[in-house]
Amino acid sequence: MIYRETGQFKANYQDDQALFPIAQDRYVIFGILIVTFAVVPAMLNEYWLNAILLPFLIYSLAALGLNILTGYCGQLSLGTGAFMAVGAFSVYKMMVAIPELGFIPLVLLSGLVTAAVGTLFGLPSLRIKGFYLAVATLAAQFFLIWMFNKVGWFFNYSASGMINAPPMTIFGVIVTGPHANPIAKYYLVAAIVAVFALAAKNIARGRIGRNWMAIRDMDIAAELIGVRPLIAKLSAFAVSSFYVGMAGALYFAVWLGSAEPTEAFDINQSFLVLFMIIIGGLGSVLGSFLGAAFLVIMPILLKNIMVDGLGTDTSLAKHFEFIIVGVMIIGFLIVEPHGLARLWRIAKEKLRLWPFPY
Amino acid sequence: MLFFIEVTLSGLMAGVMYSLVALGFVLIFKASGIFNFAQGVMALFAALTLVGLMEKFGFPIWLAIIGTIAVMILLAWLIERIMLRHLVNQEPIILFMATIGLAYVLEGMGDILWGSDVKVLDLGIPQGASDWMLDNFDIYIEKLEIFAAITAGIMVAFLAVFFQKTRIGRALRAVADDHQAALSVGISLNTIWVIVWSVAGIVALVAGIMWGSKSGVQFSLSLIALKALPVLILGGFTSVPGAIIGGMIIGVGEKVAEVYLGPFVGGAIENWFAYMLALAFLLFRPQGLFGEKIIERV
Repeated sequence: MIYRETGQFKANYQDDQALFPIAQDRYVIFGILIVTFAVVPAMLNEYWLNAILLPFLIYSLAALGLNILTGYCGQLSLGTGAFMAVGAFSVYKMMVAIPELGFIPLVLLSGLVTAAVGTLFGLPSLRIKGFYLAVATLAAQFFLIWMFNKVGWFFNYSASGMINAPPMTIFGVIVTGPHANPIAKYYLVAAIVAVFALAAKNIARGRIGRNWMAIRDMDIAAELIGVRPLIAKLSAFAVSSFYVGMAGALYFAVWLGSAEPTEAFDINQSFLVLFMIIIGGLGSVLGSFLGAAFLVIMPILLKNIMVDGLGTDTSLAKHFEFIIVGVMIIGFLIVEPHGLARLWRIAKEKLRLWPFPY
Repeated sequence: MLFFIEVTLSGLMAGVMYSLVALGFVLIFKASGIFNFAQGVMALFAALTLVGLMEKFGFPIWLAIIGTIAVMILLAWLIERIMLRHLVNQEPIILFMATIGLAYVLEGMGDILWGSDVKVLDLGIPQGASDWMLDNFDIYIEKLEIFAAITAGIMVAFLAVFFQKTRIGRALRAVADDHQAALSVGISLNTIWVIVWSVAGIVALVAGIMWGSKSGVQFSLSLIALKALPVLILGGFTSVPGAIIGGMIIGVGEKVAEVYLGPFVGGAIENWFAYMLALAFLLFRPQGLFGEKIIERV
């Protein structure tokens, strides 16, 4: 009864091809946008914005990127951490060299740089598949991180090998560096994520997204019906890396403020983002957000419960956290291998019929 | 020239150490199509258990080894019971993810049970340089690595006989070939999985002993899984000899590159060089050197 499309007639092509053809979906999206931009910054304090919402939004963006590659195009990648590093280091170099462009264009540019690098490392995908490809993307992970560690040009020859975000402003408000305004940071990241989440939804339902899905479902069959694997796979790598690169740029410049390649972008980052899309749901924009929320909030929650609530020793709590995360991942995969997004789909089905049984 | 031979030999030996880890991957992948990321952590867990049994309970070496094998078999049974049984027929990526979850669980468990400090593993395996090689050929080789190479050889021979000649081995190959056909001739998938994971657990124990004796039992031991991956794709996921030969190629390539190429680009290249080498091989043979040819139908 609540979620039903009956009576919503489409009189022209525009209506029929709308991004959200069902009115209830549109209301929900508007609701979420209003809450994100009007309610949340007014209600929450600095701790919430900095420690929970910023990483959630940034990881959502990274998860969106990986979901485009793995969920929509079916190419398993374990190089996400390194591509985030490419975004971070390119935005750093540009913030130092050409700050007059403004911060948002620089983030977009660093996304483009990452897209180029990602396409390069996507080339082997034309030849190798499945787990062989996954291991091949690890080559990107280790090589790029090594390069950012060794080549001084990337971190401007600073003695520690760290990169620090210089302060930059948007409309006169500082958004990067140590003196940034938390609310401004939140607005900036939320705006970028919102725009690109809608863009991802739009790409995925268009011609190119359908090409990706054809390649994912069966690449040979897709090739036979006229999808060009070269273009489809490389474009998936490019778009995915663009998102991941922007996420990396924001991760470094807005959230962390300073970063060091081996710590901040190691292989565990790649696994973390991969977990997000698997727990959230492969091939689903909503799933990227749900997965990111789950994996950002859960460790904080666990730590708070165990250290503050039960008084467990910090290192013991860390080990228990490992076990609990592992058990939850396995449990999740057993109960719902299609992720949280699938649960939402089931809920929608229920809402459509409720209160009738059929 | 002598230096080159020495570098090559030590690379070969190091490669065998990688092969020991890669073997466990191959076994499980062959029998169940699962890419078991937890293999490295299993090696760590086995080594931790071994040291723990010896230190905390004062077991003699042979009893500790038997005890650890029992623990690994119990672990295999638990994994099958709790995890694999419920994931039959899922996509490979889901199973892969589940083994990463398993890796987290084992890591946390090992740390809580046995403590996370670095431990020394001393089983009386000869250490230090081999005098005989040093005297006669003027070549420096670790005794431990020779020992590891011999162990790996014995293990591969044993596995080959096991796979080819025994009833269980034949059942394993049948399962690897076709799950459904194997089921329909009366092979129990669940039992087979327990056996495979047990064997992989024992291989992990051997790898854990070798690496543990070499560099101490510590958290970084679980990272050798990452060393074994390029070996795996080079040799092919399904080939036992591939794991050995792939390991040797990677070992030699890595050492030679580190010595001759490393100084020009700033060193520490062995982290990624193996991957690049494997990637280069893959571009010519997408299924690895000895992997089964991938036949695709629409």
